[in-house]
Amino acid sequence: MRTIMTGNQAVAHAVKLSRTEVIAAYPITPQTVIVEKLAEMVDSGELDAEFIRVESEHSALAAVYGSAVAGKRSFTATSSHGLLYMYEMVWWVANARVPLVMTIVTRTIGPPWNIHTDHTDLLTMRDAGWIIAMAENVQEAFDLTIQGFRISEEVSLPFTAGMDAFQLSHTSEVVDIPAQQTVDEFLPERKQSYVFGDEAFTVGCIGPNAYTAKLRKETFETLREAESVIEKASREYEELTGRECGLFEEYRLDDAEYAVVMMGAWSGDAKEAIDMLREEGVPIGLLKLRYVRPMPYRKIQRALDGKNVLVVDRDCSMGAGGVLGIEIKASVGDCTNVIAGIGGVDVGVEEFRSMFRAFVDNKLVSCPNWWL
Amino acid sequence: MEYSEPILLPGNPSCQGCPHGLGLKALGIGLDNPVIVIPAGCSTIIAGIHPKATINAPVLHVPFASAPAVASGIAAAFRREGKDRQVVVWMGDGGADIGFATISGAAVRNEDIIVIVSDNEAYMNTGIQSSGTTFWKAKTTTSPAGKKEERKDLAAIMLMHRIPYVATASVGYLPDFIDKLKRAKEVKGFRFIQLHSPCPPGWRFDSSKTVEMARMAVKCGAWILWEYDGEFRFSPASKPYKNKEKRKSLAEYMRAQGRFKGISDEEIAEIEKAIERQWKFLEAMEGL
Amino acid sequence: MSVIEECLIARPSKGSAGKTGLWRTYRPVIDREKCNSCMLCWLYCPESVIEKDGDAVRIDYDYCKGCGICSVVCAKKAIEMVLEE
Repeated sequence: MRTIMTGNQAVAHAVKLSRTEVIAAYPITPQTVIVEKLAEMVDSGELDAEFIRVESEHSALAAVYGSAVAGKRSFTATSSHGLLYMYEMVWWVANARVPLVMTIVTRTIGPPWNIHTDHTDLLTMRDAGWIIAMAENVQEAFDLTIQGFRISEEVSLPFTAGMDAFQLSHTSEVVDIPAQQTVDEFLPERKQSYVFGDEAFTVGCIGPNAYTAKLRKETFETLREAESVIEKASREYEELTGRECGLFEEYRLDDAEYAVVMMGAWSGDAKEAIDMLREEGVPIGLLKLRYVRPMPYRKIQRALDGKNVLVVDRDCSMGAGGVLGIEIKASVGDCTNVIAGIGGVDVGVEEFRSMFRAFVDNKLVSCPNWWL
Repeated sequence: MEYSEPILLPGNPSCQGCPHGLGLKALGIGLDNPVIVIPAGCSTIIAGIHPKATINAPVLHVPFASAPAVASGIAAAFRREGKDRQVVVWMGDGGADIGFATISGAAVRNEDIIVIVSDNEAYMNTGIQSSGTTFWKAKTTTSPAGKKEERKDLAAIMLMHRIPYVATASVGYLPDFIDKLKRAKEVKGFRFIQLHSPCPPGWRFDSSKTVEMARMAVKCGAWILWEYDGEFRFSPASKPYKNKEKRKSLAEYMRAQGRFKGISDEEIAEIEKAIERQWKFLEAMEGL
Repeated sequence: MSVIEECLIARPSKGSAGKTGLWRTYRPVIDREKCNSCMLCWLYCPESVIEKDGDAVRIDYDYCKGCGICSVVCAKKAIEMVLEE
């Protein structure tokens, strides 16, 4: 069914269609509407689930960790400071190998207080073992949420999909919402490595150090293997809905000599700028990342082989560079790395066009809108 | 009073004379099929060294401030499943400092769980640091000259959350604690019990005196046993001590513990006044 | 057993901390003549090493830590703490 929804509304619908059973979330701009929409759906009976009105984000992730480890499909959402407040639980859930889904409406971190987007918050999760995806549009935000339940349950790792503050969370776009039956076909019954609550065993005792090392190693390997799980899920989703959501999207990349790498809502604007430059005969394309973890290094390397690469980060690893830039450099060797759009500063089609043109002409320098 | 198998198995890592051993034992007798959530604290260690657990029940170790929230989630999952099992948080006074908001939030939601704070009056697992419930003037590693701050009355604070069941208990009076657990388990909603747990190494007394110390605390009025289940009442063991003339010597209680070494008569008198104020406050609740 | 189970799941067993009986300096010795089977020692043993033995009690010395609580709570002073050899 095609309809018009904001990102927040679409995510709420995805959570509903995935037959999520327990939701716990604490409001934070710009995620609040997801929480409110889900509360509404539960109260009206549209969604048969428990909604726990927690008093903080730390408790939000703690509560869904509890319901998830006890066997139920569970969901939470947050942004920015809320994510940082639950940061301890972020690591705990991944280390405990418990599948669940969390939406991050990406929002910059203060001070100064700022409710607008950049990707810093989402990327603080990258080392913990979560599967991390990022949506370009409302449709992807919806699709990734549904796929997230399946992928996380397949590998026993928590899954997060990011969605830009306001640009996606509060912006109405056309969305195709599949029927419940279609989603049921795609999402099997929940499974997980262990279920807590019936058998008399203890989870997480203190003990010899080797157990920690062994489990982390296993998680490390699993996250790598998750690449094929993601691709398989995406293919099956495509069969049912006509839309794929693979590890990354290649936009006019095949014959490109110049390649831009980025992720998030602004990729849409970047694609328009790419089109404009193509009209002018510039062989330029875009590699839009959908997954940051696992980061499919080898596949990215193959896709970017021989090309001049510009990585545009909407985040910054202080003192080092853009997070994506640092990682892509690890795959392809040298590339240009630009940090832009921090704190929600707008970078639109025209800005991208000058940025890419300057890059192609080897004249890209720092300016008020971005820095290298 | 009978039970088939102890919930806390022998050969566990607790210290000699540890009150948590007594508390957990009572938990196993008082409750049926508990599912236990344990945040950081002494019980984290007492619960066993991987891969040998010591508690004969499902036990989930969780981060320090998270337990009542995790328990809320587990309870929700059980309801979805139609499972009738009692979710219990077994935590310390340390967890009730760092995780106070979490307890409070769960109480406001009237979560169908039991939270037991086994209160040994300090952050014992990290080596005896001052907590919100540490007794007046007590020496800890972060209050080496004796605690200067006030202490918070956890159970009274929980009473003000308007939850259906709140009680204090003591490891010196296990039948009373067990009765309270049995009554609590029949109540739906958020139930809170603060269990007085004298700690031999932390308070500095011989490991054989744990039960004696707990009883002395009640008898001198320093620890007040009460219960609220719609109506507030003092428990039988504490009733006589409403009358301050009947209270046994606070000095004897305090001087039996190394954590009060060198305490003066003036300081003890000061504390006696604080204890009397606490009684008066609770008496105002009586019959409410 | 998966790696996850192996590293995260522990199962209840006696002796998680080893034979804690080795911790003892003093061992509790029950005088059966004085004992009136009130079971207070059984109730107040923090280690659950005092087991009911028909009308009497039996101490599991493999795990008894010798804390001495039983000897203090015994209503009949039937338990003596004896120095270990």
